[in-house]
Parts: sequence; C-alpha cells; structure tokens
Amino acid sequence: MNEDTIKKPRIGLFVTCLVDLFRPSVGFASVRLLEEAGCTVEVPMAQTCCGQPAYNSGDREDAAAIARQTIEAFEEFDYVVAPSGSCAGMLKKHYPSLLKGTSYEKRAEAFSAKVHELVSFLVDVLGATSVAAAGKGGSVTYHDSCSGLRELGIREQPRKLLNSIEGVEIREMENADVCCGFGGTFCVKYPDISNKIVEEKTACIEATGAQTLLAGDLGCLMNMAGKLHRQGSPIKVRHVAEVLAGMEDDTPAIGGGGR
Amino acid sequence: MEIQSPQFKEKARNALANEQLQRAMGKAKTGFISKRKKSVEALPEFEDLRSSARAIKDHTLAHLDLYLEAYEEKVKASGGHVHWAETAEDARQAVLAICRAAGARTVTKGKSMITEEIALNDFLEKEGIRPVETDLGEYIIQLRGEHPSHIIGPALHLNKEQVEEDFRRVHTQLPEERDLSQPESLLGEAREILRPQYFTADVGITGANMLIAETGSSIIVTNEGNGDLTQTLPRIHVVVASIEKIVPTLEDASQILRVLARSATGQDMSVYTTLSTGPRRPGDPDGPEEYHVILLDNGRSSMLGTEFHEMLRCIRCGACMNHCPVYHAVGGHAYGWVYPGPMGAVLTPSLVGVDKSGHLPNASTFCGRCESVCPMQIPLPRMMRHWREREFERGLNPATQRYGLGFWAFFARRPRLYRLATSLAIPTLSGLAGRRGWFRSLPLAGGWTRYRDLPAPQSRTFMQQWQARSGAPHGREGGDR
Ligand code: SF4
Repeated sequence: MNEDTIKKPRIGLFVTCLVDLFRPSVGFASVRLLEEAGCTVEVPMAQTCCGQPAYNSGDREDAAAIARQTIEAFEEFDYVVAPSGSCAGMLKKHYPSLLKGTSYEKRAEAFSAKVHELVSFLVDVLGATSVAAAGKGGSVTYHDSCSGLRELGIREQPRKLLNSIEGVEIREMENADVCCGFGGTFCVKYPDISNKIVEEKTACIEATGAQTLLAGDLGCLMNMAGKLHRQGSPIKVRHVAEVLAGMEDDTPAIGGGGR
Repeated sequence: MEIQSPQFKEKARNALANEQLQRAMGKAKTGFISKRKKSVEALPEFEDLRSSARAIKDHTLAHLDLYLEAYEEKVKASGGHVHWAETAEDARQAVLAICRAAGARTVTKGKSMITEEIALNDFLEKEGIRPVETDLGEYIIQLRGEHPSHIIGPALHLNKEQVEEDFRRVHTQLPEERDLSQPESLLGEAREILRPQYFTADVGITGANMLIAETGSSIIVTNEGNGDLTQTLPRIHVVVASIEKIVPTLEDASQILRVLARSATGQDMSVYTTLSTGPRRPGDPDGPEEYHVILLDNGRSSMLGTEFHEMLRCIRCGACMNHCPVYHAVGGHAYGWVYPGPMGAVLTPSLVGVDKSGHLPNASTFCGRCESVCPMQIPLPRMMRHWREREFERGLNPATQRYGLGFWAFFARRPRLYRLATSLAIPTLSGLAGRRGWFRSLPLAGGWTRYRDLPAPQSRTFMQQWQARSGAPHGREGGDR
C-alpha cells in the first residue's frame, strides 16, 4: 500500500442481498461515488444478507448468526457503508440489541458506530455537497423509504446531492414519507394489503409528472417499479445512487433488461 | 366480543373490496394527519412534552401497586367505592351487582373502550338492562349493531349518507323533512333522541382517560358533552377503567392532556375535560348519589416487566392508527377484536393470546410511522417483532413460511455456499426473462406477481462481477460453518 491509500478512509461495502442479486449496478454506482469522494472501497466476500428476513419473522437465532458473521467480516474497516436505509438500519440499530447480553455485545456496538447508509455517509460524514455526475438531468421524484427516513434521518441528503446535478429537477410527490407497501416479506404475506398501499403510492408518483422515480432502497424500488410497470406507466425507476454516479447512460432503468 | 382476528386476511380482502369503507377511510386519514401536524407544529415544545409524558407513565408503572392503593384510599375518602376486577367477567359482574342493587332498567354510557373490551353491552342486554350509548359515534354503531372501528372515532368506517339513512330508518318519530346532511345536524338529532334517556337512566357508565392517585378523581375528555350528562344526571355513576390509567398527580394529568388531544384530533384540548371525585357532597348542586370505580386488570399486570411493558403507557389517542398505512387500507374491523391498528397489533395478543391474533403483529410493514407519532413514544414495531418471536418459538407460523425461511437461512449463514448458489441461480433467472426484463408470473412468486411485475436480475450477481473485475476477492473470507 502506498501512503495515499493509507490516508484514505477504508470502506467495507455492504452490498445488500437485493443489489447483489437483482441490480449489481447499484453496487458499482456506490463504489464509484465512494471512490470519487476519496475512499478506498473493499467488498468482503463473507457477506450475504443483513438478516432482516429472519429477524422480522421472529427467528432471532438465525438473525443473530448472520449478524455475527457480518460483524466479523466488516469490523476491520473504518466505515461500513450500504446503499440501503433498511439494511444499514438493521446493521446499525438492530444488531446491538440483537446481540445484547452475548459475547458479541461490545463488538456489535463498535460495529454499529461505523455503519452508514451510502448517501447520508457522503453528505453527513464526508461533507459532500455535490457529485461529479453529469447525467441526463430531467425531472425526478424521490420516495423516502421508511427505515432510512425514520431510523436514520435521511431526507435532505439525497435531495441536496440531486440538486447539485445540472438539469435535474426534483418534483416532490405528495406523501413522499408514506410507506410504499413493500415491508420485506409483508408484500408476499399480505399481497392484497400491500397492493392497496403501493397503488396509493403510484398514484402520488404519477401525479408529479416526473420522468423518473428515485429512492434509496432497492426493495421499495422493485415494488413500486413492478406496480408501475403492471399499470403500464412509462415512468422509469432507479436507485438514487445510479443517478448520483451518472450511470444512466450505460444502465437501463429497473426492468429495462440486462446488459 | 368474539375474537375474529384469525380471519384477518379474509376480512382485509372484504374491506379492500368495500367501496363505502374505502371512501370513508380515504376521508378520515387525511383529516387526522393534517390536523395533528398543524397542532404539533404550533407547539415547539411538543417533543419535550412527549418525553415528559412518557417519563410520568414510566414512573407510575414502576410503582403501580403503590399508586393504585393510594388511589383507592382517596376514592374511599371521598365517599366512593372501588371494585377490583381481575377478569372481564369480574368486571361485568361488578357492574351487574351495582345495577341490580339500584333496580336499574336503563343505563346510559359515555364512550369507553374498556366496556367494549369486556363486552358489557351484550351482557347487560342479556340481563334485561338496556344500555344506551350517548357518544354520537357509539350511538350510531349501536343502532347498526356494530363495534367501533377506531378507538376515538367508533364510526370512522361510515360515510354521513349511511348514518343519515340509519337515522331516518330508526328515528321515525321525528319529522321526515328534517335536514340530516351535515355532521352537526346528525349530532343535533341524536341529542334530541338521547336527552330524555339521561333522566330515565338509573346508572351512568363512563370510562376514564386517567385516574389520579393524588385526589382519587377520574378524568374523561369528550367533544360532545355527553359524558358529563352521563355521569351527573343518573343516580349512580360507574367508572370502568383499566389499572394502567393511573397517574400520580393532577399536575401529571395536565401534562398528559397536553399531548393527548393534539395527538388524537389535533385540538389543543378536547372541548370537555371533566373530573369526578366521589359522589355528590352535601350542598353540591348536582352529581350522583353513588360513585363506583371498577378497576380492571384483564391481563395487564402480567405485561409488567415483560417486553410488552411499555405498551402500558398507551393513552389511547389513536395517532398510531391514524398514521398507519395498513389501518388506512383495511379499516378497524378487519383486526377482528376491540383494538385495531398498531396499538391493537401489540395489545390484542397480550390480552387474548397470540395464537388467536397472530396476523395482527405480522400485518405490518414496520414502516415506523406509528412510533414516530405516538405521544408516549411506544416502540410499537419492536413489540410487534417480539410477538413474531413468540410465535416463531412456539411454531405458530405457517409451515411453508418456516420451511422457506429455514431454507434461506441455511444459505444466508454460509457465504461461500450462498455465493455458489446465487451465481448459478441468478444468471439463469436473468436468462429466463430474456430481453423483456420483467416477469409477469413466476413459480413460487405468486404473492408478488399477483399485483405487480417482477424485474428480472440484470445479469450476473454483483459478487460474481466484482470478483471478475478485481481478480482476487477483496477482504477477508468468512469461514463457512
Ligand atoms: S400506542 Fe401511542 S399513538 Fe397509539 S393509541 Fe397508544 S398512545 Fe396513542
């Protein structure tokens, strides 16, 4: 390692399972944004999922095992960054309580302090006020995903960076802070209710007349994109990191086919 | 009340298909939310008030036995009676004994969720005593033979045209040309019908928003004034309240009142805040001759010290359901018992058992909006998760769910195997979708694709691509167990 890399903050990227499986471009966008902001990014191979499917189904044992495995894989880094408010919230807010009273308690707390969601990390920790992207611009509307908003206080940060891109116009939707109805396994356990909630969401999205819907969580995005597509809407859906990283040209929007 | 929570899914589906209900819910939610927001924004210290309200209840619950005893003494000292009821049946029998001793034929009632919890109306009717609900919302649903769908707005699931129809059907003694198009005219009409009842009733039954240990008083807050008439006009006033309603002092009560109405209806204060302390004293111009308090436990004391302890801070303001997307979608009746919405999803399993109400804590996206508005800072999603844990421990969730989860967890706990499996599955899935980019249906994904399309994976997994890009894997390899 040369001196330069030593001074750079060393980031362990928690890719998140949905990004890993469904939309790797969000992971590459995250890497690009972090590197542009002067970080070294590494991707520990011993990661799978944050454990929420188990944790939120009442299966503490599996959730705790996954938590320990994630902590082991990531505790050597200066920071742990995830392109998802929901997964970052799990790592930061729920691992400590999950492992409380076990031999991992202290490690979980130290780990928790290093965890950040991608966009809030760029703004709040690295002090970014703009991004280098010179994307296509156009009108976008931003959905505040629940965990990011209410557990981690992410609201202004993505808007701030989006506003720094020339040609991007944010058209706020009504009820941007209301759940999209995804809720992890909720959307398949209670599909009728989930559908009703996402229908209300897509109506708010359509009403803005924006060309593109953005958010910071792939689960919510897949839910909203899937509904919009079923409804025949032309609105494009993307993770906010792709726009911030200026990747719209080489990456089709969600559902736009593989590369 | 019969527990219908096991039929939650079916009831939810019916609710979603019920146009009248959907129309009513659409109106209700926007009103509550904007009013609360406005009143909270107008009070910069609201967040501090939440914290102090919470602290008051935390302190009280930590010394609940002492405060309950102190309260009982004060009630007795002011000439009232306290009846301890461990179960719903105990409470019903206590009410009945009082009614019998008074030779009561008719009782008037102020709005009370506790009397719903103990299913008092049905019980009294069977015993030949006629309960008359005097709160407009309660009166309406009594006419319709329904139960409340919201803890502060019992008839929230109805549109005013439906109520007008009910009134015209039942109030046949009133002139036909009367105007019933506005909520105010409906209230006026109900008042006209109800007024004589206050004078014929022998017993007036109310709930309590709080019980004050310092003075032995009970407090009710209402917007119609019906509660006052219910408790002052009949000869006997019976308060039915659960044990966690206690607060130490008047000062504490007034602190909590400052967050209650703002959270509930967005009012600074409800229109009427009425304190009652004992029966009429010599020289008092009005008031009941007898004053009884029935203190109901019904499972609450067994919540103390458990992971559901904090639920006992609830002041029944309804803010959690007013902000809940699931409640908005299906309304209160789908929950199948007395308490709907997020607070019901936590409380119902505590009171009736999670085996009978397992859907309630599961039917949540954990969006956290309830907790963010709860004036008592109750961690509702966390407690719903605790219920899911209890269900999981007892093997109560459906087998398919358990197997699916077990299968997934097996891989999720073994990163190397997980990578291998996903690196085979994902490109296959991506290839299956071809250039379309979407699945309209997919085996095992029916829950998803019934209502939405599933975007296909882009191509290979991120991990595959990253490894290919950077040659050797970065970071430490975790041991697969
Ligand atoms: S849980 Fe909180 S928000 Fe819901 S009714 Fe109780 S006090 Fe109000």
